[in-house]
Amino acid sequence: MELIVASAIGILTAGGIYLMLRLRTFPVILGLSLLTYAVNVFLFASGRLTIGAPPVLRDDMTVYTDPLPQALVLTAIVISFGMTAVVVMIGLGAFLGSDDDHVDDQPEDEDEQTEGQS
Amino acid sequence: MTHWIIAPIILPALLAPFIVLAARYHIGIQRVFSLAGVLALIVIAAGLAWQVSDGTVLLYQLSDWAAPFGIVLVGDRLSTLMVLLTVILALFVLLYAIGSGWDERGRHFHALFQFQLMGITGAFLTGDLFNLFVFFEVLLIASYGLMIHAGGNARLRAGVQYVLFNLIGSTLFLFALGSIYAETGTLNMADLARRVTLIGPEETVGIRVAAVLLLLVFAIKAAVVPLHFWLPSSYAEAPAPVAALFAIMTKVGAYAIIRVYTMIFPPDLEVTSGLHDFWLLPAALVSLAIGMVGVLAAKRLDRLVAFSIIGSMGMVMVSIALFTPAGIAAALYYIVHSTLAGAALFLISDLVRTGRANLDLTPQPPVMGTALTAGLFFAGAIAMAGLPPLSGFLGKLLVLDAAFGTDLVVWVWAVVLISSLISILGFARAGSLLFWKAHSIEMPAEPTEAVRPTALSYVAVGGLISLLTAHTVFAGQVHGYTTIMAAQLFAPDTYVSTVVDTPGKLSEPKEGY
Repeated sequence: MELIVASAIGILTAGGIYLMLRLRTFPVILGLSLLTYAVNVFLFASGRLTIGAPPVLRDDMTVYTDPLPQALVLTAIVISFGMTAVVVMIGLGAFLGSDDDHVDDQPEDEDEQTEGQS
Repeated sequence: MTHWIIAPIILPALLAPFIVLAARYHIGIQRVFSLAGVLALIVIAAGLAWQVSDGTVLLYQLSDWAAPFGIVLVGDRLSTLMVLLTVILALFVLLYAIGSGWDERGRHFHALFQFQLMGITGAFLTGDLFNLFVFFEVLLIASYGLMIHAGGNARLRAGVQYVLFNLIGSTLFLFALGSIYAETGTLNMADLARRVTLIGPEETVGIRVAAVLLLLVFAIKAAVVPLHFWLPSSYAEAPAPVAALFAIMTKVGAYAIIRVYTMIFPPDLEVTSGLHDFWLLPAALVSLAIGMVGVLAAKRLDRLVAFSIIGSMGMVMVSIALFTPAGIAAALYYIVHSTLAGAALFLISDLVRTGRANLDLTPQPPVMGTALTAGLFFAGAIAMAGLPPLSGFLGKLLVLDAAFGTDLVVWVWAVVLISSLISILGFARAGSLLFWKAHSIEMPAEPTEAVRPTALSYVAVGGLISLLTAHTVFAGQVHGYTTIMAAQLFAPDTYVSTVVDTPGKLSEPKEGY
């Protein structure tokens, strides 16, 4: 199971980084989402993988799973979810305003040309 | 246990929603509450700084849970000084925002401002790495809103870059936290300081990766080359008061590096040896050089100031990367100086903008009130470039002195001195283009409507400049205090034992238990 989880994190991270290097708002946001999924699974796995064990004290139980990473993941999910919403809104505003979804700065003379055309 | 230490976090956290909910449409009431809040914060922060100035470490256990299990806030000399610096800066930035009317050009300026203060003070006061992440997010979320305050296409585009870069930084931070937790089983800084030393030399792979990841995250925040690309556009496009407040945000990264790499991964720890002198110092020297070359190359005043921030962060990081008590003391002195000088320069660039068509460094017809603005720019530029008599010069001397005797002294001295010369040229060129050449331009036939900045704007900028002057006049006392502070940082035993060994709820075995 360690292999499956580890390769899942690896594939998600690789895909996320690839998409983030596309330098257009939409792929970058998708890549960022993949990266946050990867980091969520990674955080979850940082308390060691335990199957079928409760996180809180119970009677007649000797094996427990670490509850702290689950709390950390919950915080991370909430924050990354909210942040994705924020960046989608700002990105949409920038795209609608300037009709250009490049993330990086474009050369300035090109900008003036497009402004002259529109 | 004193409750005052949580007040710098609670007060803005309560004030911000109050401003949104109760005073949404009344800019006057918002201003009054925001100002009153910041003034109260200054009093509280000064009280805290005075309380810990004798070397005590204030500990606040939330819900009385003891340290490794509960969340703690810790106030020592360093964190209270940074909180005090933040709120004093916030006062002048707020005065400027009110005086120049920036806060009216969009909604919710004051609420976001308070949330931003909450995040920054929280990041300084927390004693827990995951909480540091959470407060980083709080300050970033507020800064996203402030950054695109008053809108505009250029600002939104810069905002997208800024948000995306910081989201990547946050994701890296989480990866770092995950690997630290997997290796040590704790995220409390003091507890980590003890546990990292227990890791055997053959099992250090994970913790080394974590240490480097964490350094990367803080270097993004501190805008160290090559992780500085987010800074020039976003600081130049952000509203001037917001950019001035952001001057403290790069210092949050510097603070985190000082805190984590003196306590958890101290320089004599074998696990992370070579990280500071081999990686951080060259990167810092390069960022100092690139920042100052950027000052000379900038075509717009706001970009020029943004690059000078990168350069001054480079100077701070050079001093930190030495990782000697003298280096840290010099860095702390320079942090205070560069925060005040950077903020003053951003506000001055907005004063210059008032009445001008744009901030391009080209001769344009003279405008109202140039003489005073030019005088303030002169003072700010002297401070930032590090010429006598202002504190930039003293800070630079301290850094050079701290580097004396280390292996890389030639490199440090050469880069610091040459980049100072370049920045002097850059500021001189900008000042003469903006203010002197203006008089060689014909006045337009139809005089445009005379706009001049309000008196309150000048009061805010003048206040920052006079603080810089005070920082120079009392340099001996301030540097003495930062020296004691550095000594405290390099002997973290009091901090660690205060945090870990203070009993809390359920942690002490009762008699006969």
